[in-house]
Amino acid sequence: MALKIVKGSIDRMFDKNLQDLVRGIRNHKEDEAKYISTCIDEIKQELKQDNIAVKSNAVCKLTYLQMLGYDVSWAAFNIVEVMSSSKFTYKRIGYLAASQCFHESTDVIMLTTNQIRKDLSSPNQYDTGVALTGLSCFVTPDLARDLANDIMTLMSHTKPYIRKKAVLIMYKVFLKYPESLRPAFPRMKEKLEDPDPGVQSAAVNVICELARRNPKNYLSLAPLFFKLMTSSTNNWVLIKIIKLFGALTPLEPRLGKKLIEPLTNLIHSTSAMSLLYECVNTVIAVVWLSVLKYLGLLAMSKILKTHPKSVQSHKDLILQCLDDKDESIRLRALDLLYGMVSKKNLMEIVKKLMLHVDKAEGTTYRDELLTKIIDICSQSNYQYITNFEWYISILVELTRLEGTRHGHLIASQMLDVAIRVKAIRAFAVAQMATLLDNAHLLTGNTQHSGICEVLYAAAWICGEFSEHLEDPMATLEAMLRPKVATLPGHIQAVYVQNAAKLFSTVLCGQEGAPADSKVAQETSQLLIDRLPVFVQSDNLEVQERASCILQLVKYIQKLQQKDVEVAEEVTALFAGELNPVAPKAQKKVPVPEGLDLDAWINEPPSGSESEDEGRKTKGKAVFAREESRHTKPRYTEVDEKELAKRREVRKAEQANNPFYIKASPSSQKVRTASSPNRQLVLWMPMSDQYVKLEEERRQKNKADRKKDKKKRREKGRQRRGDSGPESEEDITPAHMVDIVTEEMPENALPINSSLTSRCITDVCDIQGNLHDGSQVVVSVIFENKCDSFIKSMEFNVMDSLNSKLQRPEGAGPHDSLTVPFHLPPGISSEARFIFSVQSIVMPQKLKGTLTFIVKDSSTHEKLDFKLHFTCTSYLITTPCYSDAYAKLLESGDLKGSSLKLEGINQPFHHLLARICFHHHFSVVERIDSCASMYSRSIQGHHVCLLVKTADQTVSIDAKCDEPGLLRNVLDEIKLTFSQC
Amino acid sequence: MFWIYSQRKDMLAAISPILGVGYESLLTAGGGRENCPALHDALDFEITMIKFLLMVNKQGQTRLSKYYEQVDIEKRPSLETDVVKRCLSRKKEECSFVEYKDFRLVYRQYAALFIVVGISDTENELSIYELVHNFVEVLDKYFSRVSELDIMFNLDKVHIIIDEIIQNGHIVETNKNRILAPLLALDKMAEAH
Repeated sequence: MALKIVKGSIDRMFDKNLQDLVRGIRNHKEDEAKYISTCIDEIKQELKQDNIAVKSNAVCKLTYLQMLGYDVSWAAFNIVEVMSSSKFTYKRIGYLAASQCFHESTDVIMLTTNQIRKDLSSPNQYDTGVALTGLSCFVTPDLARDLANDIMTLMSHTKPYIRKKAVLIMYKVFLKYPESLRPAFPRMKEKLEDPDPGVQSAAVNVICELARRNPKNYLSLAPLFFKLMTSSTNNWVLIKIIKLFGALTPLEPRLGKKLIEPLTNLIHSTSAMSLLYECVNTVIAVVWLSVLKYLGLLAMSKILKTHPKSVQSHKDLILQCLDDKDESIRLRALDLLYGMVSKKNLMEIVKKLMLHVDKAEGTTYRDELLTKIIDICSQSNYQYITNFEWYISILVELTRLEGTRHGHLIASQMLDVAIRVKAIRAFAVAQMATLLDNAHLLTGNTQHSGICEVLYAAAWICGEFSEHLEDPMATLEAMLRPKVATLPGHIQAVYVQNAAKLFSTVLCGQEGAPADSKVAQETSQLLIDRLPVFVQSDNLEVQERASCILQLVKYIQKLQQKDVEVAEEVTALFAGELNPVAPKAQKKVPVPEGLDLDAWINEPPSGSESEDEGRKTKGKAVFAREESRHTKPRYTEVDEKELAKRREVRKAEQANNPFYIKASPSSQKVRTASSPNRQLVLWMPMSDQYVKLEEERRQKNKADRKKDKKKRREKGRQRRGDSGPESEEDITPAHMVDIVTEEMPENALPINSSLTSRCITDVCDIQGNLHDGSQVVVSVIFENKCDSFIKSMEFNVMDSLNSKLQRPEGAGPHDSLTVPFHLPPGISSEARFIFSVQSIVMPQKLKGTLTFIVKDSSTHEKLDFKLHFTCTSYLITTPCYSDAYAKLLESGDLKGSSLKLEGINQPFHHLLARICFHHHFSVVERIDSCASMYSRSIQGHHVCLLVKTADQTVSIDAKCDEPGLLRNVLDEIKLTFSQC
Repeated sequence: MFWIYSQRKDMLAAISPILGVGYESLLTAGGGRENCPALHDALDFEITMIKFLLMVNKQGQTRLSKYYEQVDIEKRPSLETDVVKRCLSRKKEECSFVEYKDFRLVYRQYAALFIVVGISDTENELSIYELVHNFVEVLDKYFSRVSELDIMFNLDKVHIIIDEIIQNGHIVETNKNRILAPLLALDKMAEAH
């Protein structure tokens, strides 16, 4: 025996405990199953021993293995053994194992009844506790029946720890052994008022569960729960109570009202989301149904803005709300629907809404429905409408509504759709004709009902698109019924006007066919018979139109009687298609590069240097920007400091420069005038007295101004960057035609200062003549910048073979043109000169002179300039549709050329805008970083560009039916970008 | 859910002969009398409760499982792996509630460890969500910075903690000190030995 004990304790030394087992399993990752099976064998050995410590250790390990999914049911009896241990440390292991492994069909449970009863009545509260906990897991109906009394006693135990466990386990007992409920219930109810919050919470749990099964019987507990709800601070308990009220309220509606206050308080005060959620949940379920619905819909509309998808799934629910008795709920639901429509569900939603329109009582709601239907359909430019015929028929159906105030809304929709959706015009016209035919229905009941507005649209559509009418004669007849005279004046006016349009269509049809002219004359007669009603109208508009048309028809009839074919002329009265223009179309016109809409057009009166400077430092100054562009190619922004510094330098220069001409507003003036007309603007400050001096100066500066040699224009600009006469404006590169004049020389040059007073600014604005392929109009703005009156200006250009200044008849080929005005000081005025151009393939430069007399000195002064006709200036921005564009390219008539621009780091859309603006192209299509562009020359050459950009490189593939023109245009494009 | 019903039906059917009444009448026992609640809806009424609690790591290994509703031991591993898969497949920003078969899963991830609680439809998900955190805070307090290993090596103690918090599938205690009281008493006992 002693040996056995010794052996047992030695074994124990080598026994694995739970920690060893866990570690072992972790160390045998590869052969886990094998390792565990040896462990199980060991455990089996251990369980055979008498030592309770060894057994409990083994059971403890089994619990772990059981969790891993191993069947340990074979050890059930050993578990009971350990449970029965008198030591709590072992007992709890037994109970734990039991709670994990036992289930109702475990037969050894039968053996535990007495042991459990013993433990329940143990003086050690933990023994009792562990027994209760275990019992809750494996209680069987038998155990429940046998132990119900014991547990019930424990509900009144002195220790709250036991009480709360007993209360909870009682619920399980009720479930397993329902008979126990009746005797136990009064005690359970007592526990709701237990001084210990834990016990209270347990009781709440149990009773809430019970009550939810059969709420009726628990109504009497409502006041008690109500007290608990307002006093308890335990969120989990509150949640249960609120759940319970959720179950009780349907049975006792008065409860709902009582609950509103505590619930609202909770909602506002709690920080626990779960409690908030439960409150809202309950409130939604029972309390305050209508208000909640309203709030719910309101909340949904908020969610809709951020998470449209999540709301869309509740479409049906929201549609149901349309049936609600409460009008405000219905209106909310309507609001929500507006945001929920998609292409897929639009028709379905509108169909449902139409049903509601029919059912709706009360005009306010019906009108609301009507506007919503139209809003829903028309939102985002009819984005969700896939079938416009359907929409038209919906609109027509809506006209059946009596007494609606929204006739004009329907009418405007009809007009909008019919005008904008060409494809459905035929359908729309047919529908409208039916409407007109049934007009008496509309006007019959209520003279002033808004719905007759629809007739306005109907009449207009039938008239405007009368070519789609199947039987224009019938419609004409319908429009001239005497009853029409009862309609409001503005509608009658439309009727009259469109009757005339219809008349022209009818004439066309009748004369087209070799029918006898009598029919046509009868038509005229119809109008002549019916129109007098309108002539007598008290509405001026109707009267005027009617009498005008009446006279016209009478005249036509006369012609008809003479067998003159009049249809064509009559049709010509209404020729031309009405094209819709989007209200924001203007915005789509790109703002030309360099056009600063915030800049002054006319500078503020003072114009003093200091003020000027102040304005510029705001960084808004266009001049500052321009300067930076010229000094630093491809770099558009210069920091403030540098700008200020440069400004200082420039100012110093200007101060020392006797020839400096002060800033002129003229350039801006021209700019604003130019863009809407697709004109190209060129302007130049001219002070040609200095040309020669300039020439000399250039010689001197040759070394450091190599570029200047090549292009005078370019040089001029560059210098502007340095000395910066502020009259120069930043659209310079855009000009189609440059008048190149020389800049003032540097102050280094000795120049008579008196000359400064005689400066003229000259601004040139050139436009290709659309109607004559060989004409170019050059508008020149002359501005007198000196203090003296300038008169007798004469403008002359040395003609080339290709381009000639058009002179009045009788004038010699070299005569000057007199500018037809004088210029007082500071005044500018515009003169236009027409040039005829033969070939537009090559760019041209024309030399010219302007002579004038300054009044003070009364000597002739001369100003030399150059007119630079670029090829671009012969292009006219012409919109082109992508299909026409594709055909053009397919035709094969065009010859290609290409161009590569490196180091372009401006955004693609800027680039496109530049090309559009400077070179008069329009974008046909743009896909990502690729765009097709089109322009046409004044002589009808097509120029197509395909512009692609990638990594600062822009490649332009171009096609044109005139390769020479194309090459030059491309060169000019290249130049534009090299200057930017 | 079916198996729960069927089990309960079986059970009632089993005890009804003993009591000499049909089990249907058992379910409505006490009905009709004022203040005598009945359980008559038991069969089609779902209990609001926690059905199980799992602690599983990212590899899908179960570290702790506690069932409050009988689940056959053979079915447990597959249920557990399935549940873990569900939770693992969800992204961090997705919500912590998953519909799974007839019940809902509420899970929270702590480092590599997922705590998943299966609940009935009527249970308040957010309260369970908060409960899980409460549970972890208790573990943290007891183990001072709890880790997965603490749970593995002290499985029995974690069980004691859970038993103090949840009983019968219902929340019974949420006060940390009271939850830990029995366990600390036990530790004292063990030291005395």
